[in-house]
Amino acid sequence: MIFGMPIVQVLLFGFALSTEIKNTKIAVFDQDKTQESAQLLEKINQNLYFDIAENIRSDKEFEQVFKTGEKKVILNIPRGFSKNINNAEKTDIQLIVDGIDINLANQITNFLENIATDFYTKKQLQTTNQMVIKPEIRMLYNPQLKGAPNFVPGVMAMILLIVCVMMTAISIVKEKETGTMEILLVSPMKPAFIIISKAVPYLFLSLLILVSILILSVTLLELPIHGSLFLLFAVSFVYITVSLLLGILISIFTQTQQQAMLISLLGMMLPTLLLSGFMFPIENMPIPLQVISNIIPAKWYYLMIKNIMIKGTGLFIIWKELLVLLGMMGVLFVVAIKKFKIRLE
Amino acid sequence: MFRQLSILIKKEFRQIFRNKSILAIIFVAPMMQLLILPLAANYEIKNINLAVVDQDHSTLSRDLINDITSSGYFRIYYYGASYDAAYETLEEEKSDLILQIPQNFEKNLVRENSQKISIAINAINGTKAGLSGTYLSAILKKFNQKINIQYHPQIAEKIKNSGLEVRSSLWFNQTYNYRLSLVPGILVFLITLVAGMLSALNIVAEKEIGTIEQINVSPIKKSNFILGKTIPFWILGNVVFTIGLLISRFIYGIEIHGNLLLLYFFVAIYLMVVLGYGLLISTFSETQQQAMFINFFFVMIFILMSGLFTPIESMPNWAQKITYFNPLRYMIEIVRLIILKDSKLTDLFPQISALIAMAVVFNSLAIWNYRKRG
Repeated sequence: MIFGMPIVQVLLFGFALSTEIKNTKIAVFDQDKTQESAQLLEKINQNLYFDIAENIRSDKEFEQVFKTGEKKVILNIPRGFSKNINNAEKTDIQLIVDGIDINLANQITNFLENIATDFYTKKQLQTTNQMVIKPEIRMLYNPQLKGAPNFVPGVMAMILLIVCVMMTAISIVKEKETGTMEILLVSPMKPAFIIISKAVPYLFLSLLILVSILILSVTLLELPIHGSLFLLFAVSFVYITVSLLLGILISIFTQTQQQAMLISLLGMMLPTLLLSGFMFPIENMPIPLQVISNIIPAKWYYLMIKNIMIKGTGLFIIWKELLVLLGMMGVLFVVAIKKFKIRLE
Repeated sequence: MFRQLSILIKKEFRQIFRNKSILAIIFVAPMMQLLILPLAANYEIKNINLAVVDQDHSTLSRDLINDITSSGYFRIYYYGASYDAAYETLEEEKSDLILQIPQNFEKNLVRENSQKISIAINAINGTKAGLSGTYLSAILKKFNQKINIQYHPQIAEKIKNSGLEVRSSLWFNQTYNYRLSLVPGILVFLITLVAGMLSALNIVAEKEIGTIEQINVSPIKKSNFILGKTIPFWILGNVVFTIGLLISRFIYGIEIHGNLLLLYFFVAIYLMVVLGYGLLISTFSETQQQAMFINFFFVMIFILMSGLFTPIESMPNWAQKITYFNPLRYMIEIVRLIILKDSKLTDLFPQISALIAMAVVFNSLAIWNYRKRG
């Protein structure tokens, strides 16, 4: 089960997640009702991003449109729209956007504005001969703008972290709860060995999970691995070790399984999701949060995996990130051993 | 019957309050997260780092670059004549896109009336790439107009008098508050996490410690036992939600436009769903570890498929169907709609029916699956 769940998750999220705004439902208030306005609407409807879901008859209905949360924008085409276009005069249209999710609202406004101005210029260009600079845009690494190349490394970082932290934390605390930890402690084993032997099985299990995630990403999600496999595994090895150490630390500070689980899940999940950079760009965060994001191991792992898998970069570009993770590993290991000894006395 | 129930509830509360550290985790951890994390979620695409390869070095190319940077979306990280050097900055994630202006750009534009510039965008983050391209195209369109006025004075007048203006207005959020969508979402997620986890672990813990045997041999009724397990967490969930609501009102300044009573009515039903879900897991698992993993599996799916971070409309069809079974999806919608848009019960009919259905199904399955002599 521990094995199957992460795999299902990576697949599900790899296919489902994308921040693109496909099929956004829009409502239209067409006061012009001419061939031109119909053409514009047709063009919008054909676009992958938008679906015209409703025609409104009066501006009194505007408020009600947003109440169910289904439609995100109203396009208001005023009277005289076609007349202005045909005479090449100033024309305006109005967009009323549901602003609750500003990010979404900005994207919707931008795309709709682009479609509309495109429509307008095409109408004008037929009449005059103007000079144009055309952009020739190439999308590197991910030409179809899929969500997976961005989300799979992120989800991978998150799942590995939480699985490792939870598994080790719980397994050690369980020994405390049932009392078997006492037996281990009075045995002639060194504390370091107890820690290591607790972590090693989970290290192998995590590597197995990693392998299966990678195989599925390549075969089903069509994600490339451009870089060196060896480097990929070396980096993952370090990351998994950091996560296992985190789990050990949590187990040292907690007494019951419930505590350990609550801390691992409550304390790890949201911070990793939000601060590792795969959901929200770190450069947009307030400075204190940018600083905090540096102690999130997943941030560094995500950066490296993205580089190795999708860009195919080598060690010479990611060595700084790797060094940070190695540093975390060292610190956690020292702290874990120190704290573990204290319990002995 | 009620005496039995009230004794059971008292017992649960005693167990909860006895464990001070768990109590702290239940209340403090979610609140800390609600206080800190929404600040992180700014998806506005600005500060796009540009690597400019200018092989023309003309007034025109400099004008163009100037127009691009003064738009506010872009800033120049690299400027030079070498494509390879620019590409390296892209590879190191220092820059997000390369803009290449070819040799004799200005000369050829005047001669041929048309020129191409090439733009290469790092598209691993598809959204950011798409938006960068859109921004650049829009800037170029304006720039085209500008140079036409400059080079073709005969049609300048005509160009100036034409043009399409798209006036956009933002509703429900005049102050550009980035936290408006995220705070209610995270609040709902946190009560799901706390209530779901506590109830999922609860019966299992009694199984593991062995106290469930004692309850099984006592004359406590099955329904009373389940209710006694549910009601304390239901109350706790309400308390956590209330604290969160206060934080969102007084710290984030999110005003509650809708009816509070209606909001709590929905919270009450939603907590039934979550607790039913937790109980169901609890009855299926043998150890706390098992319960935890199953819970983690679903919680991840709940949050990432809820539409909080990525729009549901952009998922493939089969994935959208999965979200119909995601209670978090409905509840986030509901809380947003009531708080921010003053939606009424009649607007929320689909959501409420889905939640009630889930509450009934989860809870009856849990009761049915909990075998007293198990």
